[in-house]
Amino acid sequence: MEQQQSLWDFIVQQRGKLLDQTIAHVGLTFISLLFAVLIGLPLGIFIARRQKAAAIVLNIAGVLQTIPSIALLGFMIPLLGIGPLPAITALFLYALLPIIRNAYTGIKEVNPSITEAATAMGFSKWQTLTKVELPLAFPVILAGIRTATVINVGVATLAAYIAAGGLGEFIFGGISLNNTNMILAGAIPAALLAIVFDFLLSRLQKLNLKKLRITVWLLPAIILLLSSFYVLPSFEKNKLLAGFTPEFMGRQDGYLGLTSTYKLKIKNVVISDAVMYKAAYEKKLDVISGYSTDGRLKAFDLIVLNDDKKIFPPYYAAPLIRNEVLQQYPEISPVLNMLSGKINDSIMTELNYEVDYLKQSPEKVARNFLIKNNLYKKARNGNKGTIRLGSKIFGEQYILINMYSMLIRGNTDLKVDTKTGLGGTKICFDALTNNQIDMYPEYTGTGLLAILNASPEMVKHLTQSKDSVYAYVSNQFKQKYNLVWLKPIGFNNAYALMMRRAQSYELGIHSITELTNYIDKKEK
Amino acid sequence: MIEVKNISKKFKQQTAVDNISFSVDEGENFVLLGTSGCGKTTTLKMINRLIEPTTGEIFINQKNIQEQDAATLRRHMGYVLQNIGLFPHYTVAENIAVVPNLFKWDKERNKTRVFELMEKLHLSKDYYNAFPGELSGGQQQRVGLARALAADADILLMDEPFGGLDPITRTHVRDDFKNLEEFKKKTIVLVTHDVQEAFELADKICLMDKGKIIQTGTPAELLFKPANDFVRQFFDDQRLQLEYKSVTIGMLWKFIKDDTSTNNNSLKEISTDNNVWQVLELLSINDKANALFVRKGEAIKKIDHASLMKAFIDYKKAN
Repeated sequence: MEQQQSLWDFIVQQRGKLLDQTIAHVGLTFISLLFAVLIGLPLGIFIARRQKAAAIVLNIAGVLQTIPSIALLGFMIPLLGIGPLPAITALFLYALLPIIRNAYTGIKEVNPSITEAATAMGFSKWQTLTKVELPLAFPVILAGIRTATVINVGVATLAAYIAAGGLGEFIFGGISLNNTNMILAGAIPAALLAIVFDFLLSRLQKLNLKKLRITVWLLPAIILLLSSFYVLPSFEKNKLLAGFTPEFMGRQDGYLGLTSTYKLKIKNVVISDAVMYKAAYEKKLDVISGYSTDGRLKAFDLIVLNDDKKIFPPYYAAPLIRNEVLQQYPEISPVLNMLSGKINDSIMTELNYEVDYLKQSPEKVARNFLIKNNLYKKARNGNKGTIRLGSKIFGEQYILINMYSMLIRGNTDLKVDTKTGLGGTKICFDALTNNQIDMYPEYTGTGLLAILNASPEMVKHLTQSKDSVYAYVSNQFKQKYNLVWLKPIGFNNAYALMMRRAQSYELGIHSITELTNYIDKKEK
Repeated sequence: MIEVKNISKKFKQQTAVDNISFSVDEGENFVLLGTSGCGKTTTLKMINRLIEPTTGEIFINQKNIQEQDAATLRRHMGYVLQNIGLFPHYTVAENIAVVPNLFKWDKERNKTRVFELMEKLHLSKDYYNAFPGELSGGQQQRVGLARALAADADILLMDEPFGGLDPITRTHVRDDFKNLEEFKKKTIVLVTHDVQEAFELADKICLMDKGKIIQTGTPAELLFKPANDFVRQFFDDQRLQLEYKSVTIGMLWKFIKDDTSTNNNSLKEISTDNNVWQVLELLSINDKANALFVRKGEAIKKIDHASLMKAFIDYKKAN
């Protein structure tokens, strides 16, 4: 076992990447803030004078604010695709409400006898606005900008989901990879950015009236400067573009393996698994890092490139269960093993397709499958005890968990409690070891790499056969964590590189080696 | 100088000002007096176009104000608000120099003018760079007055200028204002609901009610020749004091009996502009020398309590 890397080591090692991400993060935050101020401030001033428009505008901005950020990013993809544009648009929409509302309130709250005095002294409307109303509303407007900045620093982490960069790349990569250092290397700078900007803006707010005048000029300059940090990542035409998940980027059996074993030099962006397949289908991306049993493979007519140098270890799914539970309820083991050998890659892809693409409920898909295979039995509604099942947050795991619940209810007197949608490997595994769930379906490759952190040599050695990986993780998990791997279900949900079927045939690329050769040829 | 011709102002259903006309002569102190909601402030604000009349016209120096640029028009009129309305983010000096700055006066001239006004209005120089928030209410209104006077406009509009102050501060600020040469020189239109204040400051009072003018005249005319019962009743509460304040020794002159028996050298001299109230005050302070003398041209008359009261009663009878 390798020595655990410290957070500091990680930061030092990844400092270039960290700096890039931080700069991109600051840039994303402020470029969207800049637009929000440019649009929101005049709008707020305008509605301060039109009561009817005020209600409409504030309501619309308020509704936008209530859309969950990840959903808002999701909405952006069909409209604006992936990359910086939808990310900046979403952040802009989030920043809009506090800025409009505070500009409106700030102007409204200026004492009417002061504006009357200004008019009576012979100020023009513009002079009244710029010399009296805006300076007096400035602290309130600034408070709005401050709120918007902090919101944006937070939401900008999600930009990593749609290939717009930022500190989210480390955070989501770390969560997927069970790499605490990586999570912290993204989360700590993000939190620091929020704290630092909040503090600086709060200092601005407290400046006395005299110094305020300088601020009025300084602030736009600073926002402009910080926005310029985000030099839009260029999307060159006529070159293959890859989209890889944050997790894939950080893995030896992922991007790192691609570069070291295949010497693949493909231009790539980081993107969420949730939008990756669609982006490939819509030709926003050409190569993606998917999972070999993903239903969207079928839905979007993608094909898997052959891993001819075998860098992706096998990922056979099997129930991972706490040994205490097996001792307590020995009848559960044969029930959970009922699925073994029943589902191969193409069946799993088909089931995933039904759930992910045809939008059937995982429960219905699970029941239909069990009925078809004569495994379905009516629930016995027993009262012997409760088994807590967990799942990761994707369709395949939901289907499996539904199958297992039905099998347990039908074949034993145990009750089932499901905790589905646990964010990632780390969250599921921690829940299991902390006795918060009893079992979840795990993949042998994930166990080997993400949990046991096996050394590259060990991985290379084991990857040659699926049985050796299973044997190794079974053994290690039993010793280290007192967890038991039951029989593999049969399908291998491994990492894979995918392309659109049409493009693959057109370019004659069917394996990763062919892809590498194609790109190398193009470069020359 | 200011001519208001048949102006009306309707706010939706309500008529705030109903077809009124009046004129204010150059140098005159014209007071719009009335209870709340009588339309006096609306009338005032139509003069500098803070409110536009529904019908009617206003002329200043024979020029229709509707035909002038509103902002330019306003820069040529001082304006004092009841709520003072100083700019909290401007220093005292900057507040005073607001209109000169709009006229783009040079720095030196600006500074000289600000210091001059601060001195006249008894504002310590220490306040030059202070912000209005650091000043008391009375001091703030002095700055408000200075601001209105800064560009030396011929016309000064005042909307309840002392209304926001406590009674003692009000008297102080008002007295200081009254003693300014600007007060005497300028054409002033002042709105108040305070009868005492109106009598103290007005050359002419315009009494308004429900958007209409009830009577316009000198304070004495309103008291002694009321146009109707409303006017009479309006002053009834404080009639005696008002009468004392509105009648000057000059007006009483012919009713004061000649008495040259006493040696005037030991007596204090008063002017014919002093009103009865002021003379009574002086007599009660100087109770040892319970007489004063007054000069009108060559003639000299002695006044004591008895002769003053007799003259006052005779004056009232004659009117």
